[in-house]
Amino acid sequence: MILIKDKDLVVPGEVLAEDDFHAGRGTFREENKICSSVVGLVSIRNKKISVIPLQSKYLPKRGDVVIGEINDIRFSMWGLDINSPYSGLLPASEVFGKEKRELEKVFDVGDVLFLRVIDVDEVKKVKLGLKGRGLGKFKGGILVYITPTKVPRLIGKKGSMINMIKDKTHCDIVVGQNGVVWVKGQPEMERIAEKVIKMIEEQAHTSGLTDRVRDSLAELTGEKVESDDNHEILQSVEDKLETELGTKPDEEHTDLKESEDFDESIIEEDEGQEEDQLESDQKDQETQQNVHKYEDNAEEGESAEENEAQEKEEVDEKSEDSDEPTEEKTPKDEKSSLPRKIIESKFNFNQFKR
Amino acid sequence: MIIIITEDTNLGAKSREDGRAFDELRPLKIEAGVLERADGSAYLEFGGNKILVAVYGPKESHIRRFQRPDRAYIRCRYNMAPFSVDDRKRPGPDRRSMEISKVTAEALQPSILLEKYPRALIDIFIEVLEAEGGTRCAGITAASVALADAGIPMKDMVVACASGKVNDQIVLDLSEVEDKEGQADLPVAIMPRSGEITLLQSDGSLNAGEFEKAVDLAVEGCQAISKVQQDALKKRYGE
Amino acid sequence: MNVVPEITRKSITDLINNLERPDSRALDEYREISLETGVISKAEGSARVKIGSSQIIVGTKSQLGSPFPDTPNVGVIMTNSELLPMAAPEFEPGPPDEKSVELARVTDRCIRESQMVDLEKLCLVEGKKVWMIFIDLHILDYDGNLMDAAVLGAVAALLNTRIPKATMVDDEIVIDYENKEPLPIREKALMCTFAKIGEQMVLDPSLAEEEILSARLSIGMTESGNICALQKGGATPLTKEEIMNAVKITEEKTKELMEYLP
Repeated sequence: MILIKDKDLVVPGEVLAEDDFHAGRGTFREENKICSSVVGLVSIRNKKISVIPLQSKYLPKRGDVVIGEINDIRFSMWGLDINSPYSGLLPASEVFGKEKRELEKVFDVGDVLFLRVIDVDEVKKVKLGLKGRGLGKFKGGILVYITPTKVPRLIGKKGSMINMIKDKTHCDIVVGQNGVVWVKGQPEMERIAEKVIKMIEEQAHTSGLTDRVRDSLAELTGEKVESDDNHEILQSVEDKLETELGTKPDEEHTDLKESEDFDESIIEEDEGQEEDQLESDQKDQETQQNVHKYEDNAEEGESAEENEAQEKEEVDEKSEDSDEPTEEKTPKDEKSSLPRKIIESKFNFNQFKR
Repeated sequence: MIIIITEDTNLGAKSREDGRAFDELRPLKIEAGVLERADGSAYLEFGGNKILVAVYGPKESHIRRFQRPDRAYIRCRYNMAPFSVDDRKRPGPDRRSMEISKVTAEALQPSILLEKYPRALIDIFIEVLEAEGGTRCAGITAASVALADAGIPMKDMVVACASGKVNDQIVLDLSEVEDKEGQADLPVAIMPRSGEITLLQSDGSLNAGEFEKAVDLAVEGCQAISKVQQDALKKRYGE
Repeated sequence: MNVVPEITRKSITDLINNLERPDSRALDEYREISLETGVISKAEGSARVKIGSSQIIVGTKSQLGSPFPDTPNVGVIMTNSELLPMAAPEFEPGPPDEKSVELARVTDRCIRESQMVDLEKLCLVEGKKVWMIFIDLHILDYDGNLMDAAVLGAVAALLNTRIPKATMVDDEIVIDYENKEPLPIREKALMCTFAKIGEQMVLDPSLAEEEILSARLSIGMTESGNICALQKGGATPLTKEEIMNAVKITEEKTKELMEYLP
């Protein structure tokens, strides 16, 4: 017996179904009941019920790519803040061979790196690595922080969302699975990208987001969006269809069909993962907390994996000239921006009044 | 919002100092996600109580005392603002607030899936901005909402409410005056789905029959408050 | 430990050197400010102030006490602040640290030295009984520039404060809790804080700006333009020009801030 619908918003302890269902991540089984363990959106796939959390800390997972900041230098390793309850360690051997060198001359405290999670042990000690295409130190740009659970949404299906931002702002963007995003371009464009990324984070659980992002990119960049013309044409085709068939197609038009799917991208993402993890899930019916995956062995070509490959290429481009201080590429009078939280009045102003 | 539990019982209908029925809660309002820096937060008004709760974590703990190899550690701090009571309270912890911090952490702990975050620390900071009786229960109720808002996985959202004995009558949710002048005060916290009790204290004199009646009444109150907790979270993300 | 990423430091500094700010403000512009008084019924006076996302609740309490021996004929104002651990991940529970004590003392200085409250009127029996007013700053959310928020909140709370009427009847103090009266307020004063980042001084530093500032300057000023309190922070020196320019901006900005007061 199922008590909720797909995409319903649920809270911890809420009973989702009884009997005959499997408990996916964000849920747990208690006797014959499946309950939610987090605030999130329900995802029902076949007989499996999961809840995608709206808020969550990043838990490092082997194979993830993350953006980390060096906050400690020890004898033979760097300590990094990876926006997680667990800090990461980058052993010196990952950067240079056996020879002894002064670590701070290579990477200093405050440097920001793009890394891969090599290993996470049972007490969550996180080992990071830099070997691999595109990994390394960032030069210039800004950092934007989002809730890690919103990363798949920011990427969009097959990278469509992030690519749209890249196209319109002409910025390089690298997304860490830990919710840290690096953006580099013209300073005013960096700021627009930041604004849009924050908007996606805020509205990740709503539908029709891709359209709103497109509109707001067009408005902020002052650029005409190419798809607008298509939109009208397709719209008229659809109107025609509607009159002919007497029903309106589900999607507004074919061009947007894919993007409408992104509106469920968190869930789609989830589905991919669930299938991969079906076995382990059956062993462990407790909440599967680890979220967005895009493993680097991405041959299957499921959405996010491709993004990441693409992502890495982007970084490659960047890193090829990375020995030159990248800042010099940008004219001196350029301005840049910084990561900052969107300031909003969260407090209802009357709430302290009786 | 006034929640009236309408189940009729045959207790004598002596009226209470604020005119409530014996089984009536004070007006309650909960709002989730009210602070910028905290990972999760909640603001609660319950009668004249104003409570703000912030949750940080799970986060890295640098203090060994607050680390467990196989699970997260809960640290809770209940604190009253100096201006929250009639006579200014000296800032800083006192014996009462330390005890409440301890029982609050213990009341919340059974609901939290701590084993997901070995070695990590979860901080719960409860600030009583204004106190009017029943702050520890209000703090627990708000803390659950803040924990959920922070995305911390839980089996259930713990909810708390007091009952007690005033004028020889078992009543729900004692006000400040009733707490001071009444014969007994019985704070109770439960996990609402299972009904299991996670906090139980008593201050005063009750016979076994009265005690059972008082527990039942407190649990009923908890169940009603639980709905408001859920609504607060759904409202935050619903629109 | 909180380390500001190097690229973040650089991008903000570059922006400010170019006379722009991360949140698109002008260098001498405040973030959104909101202020509400009378939010805590059990306090004699209270205010909730927000500058950006920094948020403080200020409550006042009055009680009768003995004056300080060296000032037997004036009432007492005591300012205390708590940087609550709820306000920021880097704030730890425990007794007030340097930062908290500085905040309380600078706020206290601004209020005391402006002679905003006529303390002589708070004396009931010289050398024996005076009103003591406690100002408690309860920091709920830290998003930069607590100084200006603390002073604005404290002044608003004082303006909102009502203390019981106390009179002398046959050598005895009679306190009439039914009749409350406002504090004897004269000229008001407020505070403006600047951060030196790169080559520039910016007003009302946000958290991100505060984390990379090299020097900070807080200026308390009365309605009539007298400087009543100053506090320089940060280990980098300032030039006289920078300071005088900040004073000039403060003259104009305190007027703006006064508008928020009840």
